[in-house]
Amino acid sequence: MKLVEHFATGLDAPICLTWELTYACNLACVHCLSSSGRRDPRELSTAEAKAVIDELQRMQVFYVNIGGGEPTVRSDFWELVDYATAHQVGVKFSTNGVRIDRAAADRLAASDYVDVQISLDGATAEVNDAVRGHGSFAMAVAALGHLRDAGFRDSKISVVCTRHNISQLDAFKALADEYGATLRLTRLRPSGRGADVWDDLHPTMAQQRELYDWLVAHGEGVLTGDSFFHLSAFGSALPGLNLCGAGRVVCLIDPVGDVYACPFAIHDAFLAGNVRSPGGFQEVWQHSELFTELRQPQSGGACASCQHYDSCQGGCMAAKFFTGLPLDGPDPECVQGYGELALAGVTAAAPKPTGDHSHRGGVRGGPVPVTIGLRRPDKACEENPLAGLAV
Amino acid sequence: MLSLHPQVSVRPEPFGALLYHFGTRRLSFLKDRRLLDVVQRLDGSTSVDDALADVPAAERPAFRTALSTLEKTGMLT
Repeated sequence: MKLVEHFATGLDAPICLTWELTYACNLACVHCLSSSGRRDPRELSTAEAKAVIDELQRMQVFYVNIGGGEPTVRSDFWELVDYATAHQVGVKFSTNGVRIDRAAADRLAASDYVDVQISLDGATAEVNDAVRGHGSFAMAVAALGHLRDAGFRDSKISVVCTRHNISQLDAFKALADEYGATLRLTRLRPSGRGADVWDDLHPTMAQQRELYDWLVAHGEGVLTGDSFFHLSAFGSALPGLNLCGAGRVVCLIDPVGDVYACPFAIHDAFLAGNVRSPGGFQEVWQHSELFTELRQPQSGGACASCQHYDSCQGGCMAAKFFTGLPLDGPDPECVQGYGELALAGVTAAAPKPTGDHSHRGGVRGGPVPVTIGLRRPDKACEENPLAGLAV
Repeated sequence: MLSLHPQVSVRPEPFGALLYHFGTRRLSFLKDRRLLDVVQRLDGSTSVDDALADVPAAERPAFRTALSTLEKTGMLT
């Protein structure tokens, strides 16, 4: 059996997992995969979070990818980071940079077991701030500068690839080089608020090709979190496992302790359990009904007869689910074009993410959606709220 | 004499084992339980040959290659 086949049937513990510490965030990015903004009153306490870390240590989960929301706004953030690294659980955390001042950078530079990812979705303020909010580019770059000046080595710049920044890949690389950072590119998903902007932001087919060629040219020097395996159907496989790891080698623990199959699948259909239930995280990982089902052999469904199925594995489960496509068919961004055909046949509304912690009144400097007003009223003076509805 | 790098953690899995190096952040896979046995035995052995004692002679070259790869990637030192 090949190694990836073993992975597909599940491991005793995840290789790594994403842990979102809070739904609170100072920003309101238009594509936020967890619809973050406001803290949830049920979020894990410090003691509960430490109990999760104890469990991860027992299961030998080597590291966690901490995110949010904005994890650093939790008052016990550094306490939890220190607790994890003291218990053989390495930490990689994603931040928009809001709390990475010089003092924090000095602290990080002194630790051997913490990696930092600064999120940037444009290589220029113009492109970045349209998605992440006014001032967010300057904030991220300031954080990168503090990390560099403190002697922190090899920070990461984490980029969600969109229609507006694919043309900036070289500029991102130059920015990363300038700050002694490694570039990390990941795929936009129609998850959380990302569902609202997917049609406008996901890369065009030509851009997917451009991205694939760029990734092939840059090889292992650029990180991808294994998120572009659907592009492998363009030709040779990209570095990485080329496998949907949901519930098999990865999962998500959300701020209230819910365990989902992957960070991009915050929906009841992918909820496996909660770390607060008897048996804790280990019970959910090893015995939940959902994860057991995900580890069964997958049929490939409509994709099984495609010659590229071995390389792309049908693509991303979350991308299919939140665009209303069946899970055993093509990815909406299938590079052979089958996704577009399938999308044309979707008649029912796509499932909505479970839970929404978005800010209710917007945030200072928040991004201004660019799609408002595209749909005109049916008639110039139409005031009937049922206008346009077939009743 | 080869031994496991002090910053490397070993997690047995049904297919073999996962190795994680906390210093380099590198992840490696041992695709054979017997290779895991050999790696775990290195610490108490006087030589690589000693650690390979239970491996059939015909298979030892492949095990040596695997150990050498682990050494190159810093998992063994």
